[in-house]
Amino acid sequence: MNFDLTGEQRMLQDSLRRFLANEYTFDKRREYINSGKSTDDGIWSAFAEMGLLAYTFPEENDGLGGNAIDTMLVMESFGRALVTEPYLATVVLAGGLIRDNGSDAQKAAILPAIASGEKRMAFAHYEQGARYNLSYVNTSAKSEGNGYVLNGSKAAVIHGYQAHQLIASARTSGNTRDENGLSLFLVDAGADGVTIRDFPAHDGFRTAEVTLNNVKVGVDALVGAADQAFAAIEKVIDQGTAALCAEAVGAMDAMVEATVEYTQTRKQFGVPIARFQVLQHRMADMFIQAQQGRSMAIVAAAYADSDDREARREAISQAKLLIGQGARLVGQAGVQLHGGMGVTDEMWASHLFKRLTLVNLLFGDSDYHLAKVSEALLAKLA
Amino acid sequence: MDLNYTPEQEAFRQEVRHFLQDNLPADIRERMGKRLRHNKDMTVRWQQILHKQGWGASSWPVEFGGPGWDEVRQLIFEEECAMAGAPRQLDFGLRMVAPVIMKFGSDEQKDRHLPGILDGSVWWSQGYSEPGSGSDLASLRTTARREGEYYIVNGQKTWTTLGQYGDWIFCLVRTNDEVKSQEGISFLLIDMETPGIDVRPIIMLDGEHEVNDVFFDNVKVPVENLVGEEDKGWTYAKYLLGHERTGLANVGQWKTMMRRLKEIAREEQDDGKPIIENTRFRDRLAQLDTELRALEITVLRVLTASSDPGPEASILKIRGTEIGQQLFELAMEATGHNAIAHIPDALEPDYDGPLVGSHNAVPAAGDYFNMRKLSIFGGSNEIQRNIITKLVLGL
Ligand SMILES: Cc1cc2nc3c(=O)[nH]c(=O)nc-3n(C[C@H](O)[C@H](O)[C@H](O)COP(=O)(O)OP(=O)(O)OC[C@H]3O[C@@H](n4cnc5c(N)ncnc54)[C@H](O)[C@@H]3O)c2cc1C
Repeated sequence: MNFDLTGEQRMLQDSLRRFLANEYTFDKRREYINSGKSTDDGIWSAFAEMGLLAYTFPEENDGLGGNAIDTMLVMESFGRALVTEPYLATVVLAGGLIRDNGSDAQKAAILPAIASGEKRMAFAHYEQGARYNLSYVNTSAKSEGNGYVLNGSKAAVIHGYQAHQLIASARTSGNTRDENGLSLFLVDAGADGVTIRDFPAHDGFRTAEVTLNNVKVGVDALVGAADQAFAAIEKVIDQGTAALCAEAVGAMDAMVEATVEYTQTRKQFGVPIARFQVLQHRMADMFIQAQQGRSMAIVAAAYADSDDREARREAISQAKLLIGQGARLVGQAGVQLHGGMGVTDEMWASHLFKRLTLVNLLFGDSDYHLAKVSEALLAKLA
Repeated sequence: MDLNYTPEQEAFRQEVRHFLQDNLPADIRERMGKRLRHNKDMTVRWQQILHKQGWGASSWPVEFGGPGWDEVRQLIFEEECAMAGAPRQLDFGLRMVAPVIMKFGSDEQKDRHLPGILDGSVWWSQGYSEPGSGSDLASLRTTARREGEYYIVNGQKTWTTLGQYGDWIFCLVRTNDEVKSQEGISFLLIDMETPGIDVRPIIMLDGEHEVNDVFFDNVKVPVENLVGEEDKGWTYAKYLLGHERTGLANVGQWKTMMRRLKEIAREEQDDGKPIIENTRFRDRLAQLDTELRALEITVLRVLTASSDPGPEASILKIRGTEIGQQLFELAMEATGHNAIAHIPDALEPDYDGPLVGSHNAVPAAGDYFNMRKLSIFGGSNEIQRNIITKLVLGL
């Protein structure tokens, strides 16, 4: 057992935190969000310079050969500062799919371009009606001539409009809920027949709905084997979930800190409200949730890259279950302890609360993951 | 023991229901049904319609133009209004300042202010809280200094709900520094057109403008706008808090939201099936439905008790707000990641742009965020629990 970070990991964390403390302040963040993109070219290229966009890619593709623990460190720091850059979409989801499933040519074309900050990508998978079920896919890809024709629509595409290129899942065979018959395709955002509708999200991020209308792609657009993409989808969503868990842990820590600080300065009845024992206990509970969440974010990161599907799925769902619940408790209590200030746009706490709330709605909420953990338990015991 | 309403009460319910069917404007019903943005017009128009019927102030006695209903009828009325999709009437005038004026105000104040509250022509705001005085309201520092026939008011009120529409504001102000903090407070009625008043918006976490800061810079208020006696304002404010009983639990509104939530549960899809078929979701809905039933009966027990409910009313505030918050939380979770998109324009009825998912998702997250206020204002739930432990349990 060893929970220590390597010297390099500690350096990464320190320099990233320092950078964000200076360059990603509350006011600057507001500017980036109000720009309508929720991403800033300066910030993104600084991330590229720091190597953040390359950490988890192989060295032969200009990467640094890191793993999900590195992603955890980055995402946790992002969570503390509520960074809205398309890191999850570009590096973790799309980059992860190419790294783990792409052909040599795809890797060579895409990973260095992501690493250098030139290319932003997004993963277009979920569909209306699916809610969180990963195999519920109606978008179709029909083989035609020397390629495929894609038709369908995708929902909740994080940072979809800010992407130069999408990876879209589509059905090459089978019926709506079949795990078999799914395939992944590279689709240029500007290709004929692609419509991307951009929406601001409540937490400052962007989300998109993507419509594919007779979109023609070549065979070289296929990522991984045709019909066999379900395992890849499941794994990358697990990696994304682990990343999101780490982000939530960072935001929970920030909420605990903000609340402890606020209650020590806010006075009512002649004393700082932190003197009231009922509030102290509430903050102790928030702290406990953040700590338990941290443990599970580590579990999630440790299993995120694993090919032992059963063990990975269990770890990820257990982590998201507890972290979804923790995020809810920490978010609600943090707002409550700020009193009226907690529900205003001007307070940091309300922004942490919104992100902590929406994190629970991404990649399956606590109920969804409880069901997964519960089904796995039954399968083991029955 | 009989849980049934009497035949007279049932007949009354039918009468209210019919009235609502015939008189609640369709555009208002639509705004409420879809949980679109509230506006001043809908509140005022609805107040005028109720007033024409003689039902403008369900809780007022006949002598001031009310219908003279008992508490159960008031509850039935409120519940039917909520279920029909009527907007909530403005409490600040009807239920907050009016009872104080009726009990402690002068005859001139009654003649001058009550009719405008009843017919909806005057919009009232509540000026209690200050930046430094929230839970500890008695520490308030806005001052009113007597100068001839005027008070000169200086200071700042905050969190003033819908103060941007306010014609008048009732304020607690400090008139005496020399005594204990509760004893130097007076209750003033202030015309918001008076020079020196500045209303500035506070934007809430859902991006909406619902509350305000109100600044007072040497505002001249005629002494005849003092309610009751100088330095007795705290007593009047406390009377008001004790007076507010039925509204606390919001049962009518929550029953309406529960009905909506059940519709949402049938409409929103989970793996291609209505989410009501998801056992975990359904269990939580069932649990909440049960909690709401308990609350409804607790409210009726409190209302029909012969003695004044007193501090037990804190139960209603705590449970009512918690249940309300959970209703909106479930509504948000039902819409899943469709709730993530923030499309403020879609909160207006004329919006015809794109949506993400069904219309259920439009207000879902914003409502959930906004409703965190319920456990904070009107005496926070921590303060309410302090009241129960001290005044009910005697700890
Ligand atoms: C949306 C909204 C609308 C409002 N509308 C109006 C309005 O129209 N007019 C008006 O006058 N006011 C209004 N208010 C103000 C409201 O009444 C106050 O927010 C409320 O009294 C709490 O005060 P505060 O915000 O200063 O929080 P604080 O008093 O600073 O409380 C912060 C935290 O400390 C806790 N706390 C404080 N004292 C104790 C204690 N003794 N024991 C344990 N815990 C304690 C609180 O419960 C809370 O969790 C509104 C508030 C909101 C949020």
